[in-house]
Amino acid sequence: MRIALFVTCLADTMFPAAAKATVLLLERLGHEVVFPEGQTCCGQMHINTGYQKDALPLVRRHVKTFAPYDVVVAPSGSCVGSVRHQHAMVARSAGDEGLAARAEDVASRTYELSELLVDVLGVEDVGAYYPHRVTYHPTCHSLRMIRVGDKPQRLLRQVRGLELVELEAADQCCGFGGTFALKNADTSTAMLADKMRHVLDTKAEICAAGDSSCLMHIGGGLSRLDAGVRTVHLAEILAATEADS
Amino acid sequence: MTTFLGMPTTAPRGVGNLRGDESFPAAAHKALGNAQLRRNLGHATATIRAKSGAVIDELPDWQELRTAGSALKADTMARLPELLLQLEENVTAAGGVVHWALDANEANRIVAELVRATGEDRVIKVKSMATQEIGLNEALEAAGIEPVETDLAELIVQLGHDKPSHILVPAIHRNRAEIREIFLREMPGVDPALTDEPVILAGAARRYLRETFLNTKVAVSGANFAVAETGTLAVLESEGNGRMCLTLPETLITVMGVEKLVPTWQDLEVFLQLLPRASTGERMNPYTSMWTGVTPGDGPQNFHLVLLDNGRSAVLADEVGREALHCIRCSACLNVCPVYERTGGHAYGSVYPGPIGAVLSPQLTGVEDNASLPYASSLCGACFDACPVKIDIPSILVHLRNEVPHPRTEKALMRAAAYTMDHPKLYEAAQHAAKLSKLAGRRLPPPLSGWTASRDLPEPPAETFRDWWAKR
Repeated sequence: MRIALFVTCLADTMFPAAAKATVLLLERLGHEVVFPEGQTCCGQMHINTGYQKDALPLVRRHVKTFAPYDVVVAPSGSCVGSVRHQHAMVARSAGDEGLAARAEDVASRTYELSELLVDVLGVEDVGAYYPHRVTYHPTCHSLRMIRVGDKPQRLLRQVRGLELVELEAADQCCGFGGTFALKNADTSTAMLADKMRHVLDTKAEICAAGDSSCLMHIGGGLSRLDAGVRTVHLAEILAATEADS
Repeated sequence: MTTFLGMPTTAPRGVGNLRGDESFPAAAHKALGNAQLRRNLGHATATIRAKSGAVIDELPDWQELRTAGSALKADTMARLPELLLQLEENVTAAGGVVHWALDANEANRIVAELVRATGEDRVIKVKSMATQEIGLNEALEAAGIEPVETDLAELIVQLGHDKPSHILVPAIHRNRAEIREIFLREMPGVDPALTDEPVILAGAARRYLRETFLNTKVAVSGANFAVAETGTLAVLESEGNGRMCLTLPETLITVMGVEKLVPTWQDLEVFLQLLPRASTGERMNPYTSMWTGVTPGDGPQNFHLVLLDNGRSAVLADEVGREALHCIRCSACLNVCPVYERTGGHAYGSVYPGPIGAVLSPQLTGVEDNASLPYASSLCGACFDACPVKIDIPSILVHLRNEVPHPRTEKALMRAAAYTMDHPKLYEAAQHAAKLSKLAGRRLPPPLSGWTASRDLPEPPAETFRDWWAKR
């Protein structure tokens, strides 16, 4: 299958390992990955901070960039959530019904990585090997916006060598929330403290998730504490093989 | 013929309890430092969540009930004016008197005048969000009338000269030692040997309230529902204090927000299933009192209904925001909210805290007056899932963030960021600048200081994804 990568600006700039892993994993599974030029950011930060007008050109750019592709994948539940639940709304608020219709069309072909693997490609065992104790933070937008359910965990359970440990209060927000982490830094940190406590309670070496943004937040807190737990994107675990270790 | 009554107005300043003294982040900062509060809230919200979740799981048709509740409210809002007139007609036909209050000031004046006309100087009150919203107690006191809250938690709040911090459990921020101190200091005729055992504290409140019930001739209530078709009002409560207030006095004055309406009697079937399970985690509400006007020889012989707007028409005029008027005040969204669980209700500055407060208060007051509230959420979406009438709170938050006035610097930064993101060459240049900036491991100035106070920034990668891709 020919799959277009929607890399997301955060993974592109700060967490390329997650994006590279997405490419290598899909190629290993026999698919062709293309990287449409001209893509930058989906505009979620602008939309969620109250700047829909500024986000409009970004929505237009995203829709134009990905319109030619049958299947689009992103290593992020949150960015896929914005594409699916916000792009058409932003276009409609600006009175651009044509763009709204095209945005809905692109959204209907856009998948978060675990959705693509399980729902579209029909695979749960991706042939990965990752000999570590891992706990999984399911991320709010993956859970409640695009409803990936337990697909990430189903994928992780098939990974050789991986011990998946349940995270207490896993469905509670880690406190990132985009600019919430800056505008309400104290509350965000209080939420993070509880998330880190639950992560540490698992005695896992790795806290994994399907969103680099939440991982940046959780990882930033764990790093500050020198807690000795690393954050790793789901794609990196699924891309790992015995050759890597 | 149409009668133009002017543009809908927001709730007036200087009266009521919809505005805080400081922004949410500032108030939250203080609340987060209170370890006792954090523990109380964590325990209380987790307990209610578990209880409510268990009884909701018993219903195979919970999602269908939510959909029905949502649809009934949408229908009600779509024809609110006609339904309100129908309610007025039916209440009047049943012997009640209907008053229309544009805002808090009018409602407070109407109630004070009605009480004064009875010649009484004390009223007993059923727990009511609407009267907290308009600051009725303060207005009555100013008019020389003593209001006595009869819901146990509201009584604790009132005697403590305090503000409620939760819609359903307003004294959630108090522990029993504090309650004992408040009772000893403020409750008339209290036993000085009072202990902080819950049963003893409840007994003291019961004795004081029973005396008050039997000696007070006027009651003030809110309403959970009003049925347009029959003119029936409904109050749901758990302690029986409401039943006392609604049946013992000679005069009953009910203050109700205009959105509390349901079109028909049958519609209650849906809401009486939704509300207790989502709210207290009970299968059936303990005390459900319903009355239609006046019944000779039974219950209050004078009944007044005050229909309160106080900004609701302005909310109704907003196509996205109006969904907030569907709220049945169950507080399920508070109990699942990770922000509320840590900051408590006072940080929101309004009687309506939590996610629903963050969308309701700024709309009632106009967004300028509660500009920080739409941002008091990480948009995690737990509130939307928990809401028994499926109010899409995250979408309303995003909508309101687009309406509030933005700080000048932020506006410039956001515009520059959007411009950069819309020009791939600039975007790539910015990516490389980020790599060279060596921000990792440093404490940054505002607005990034909020991040680095508690979190390290990641080390920028050696190359961006698109650099790697270009080299393949």
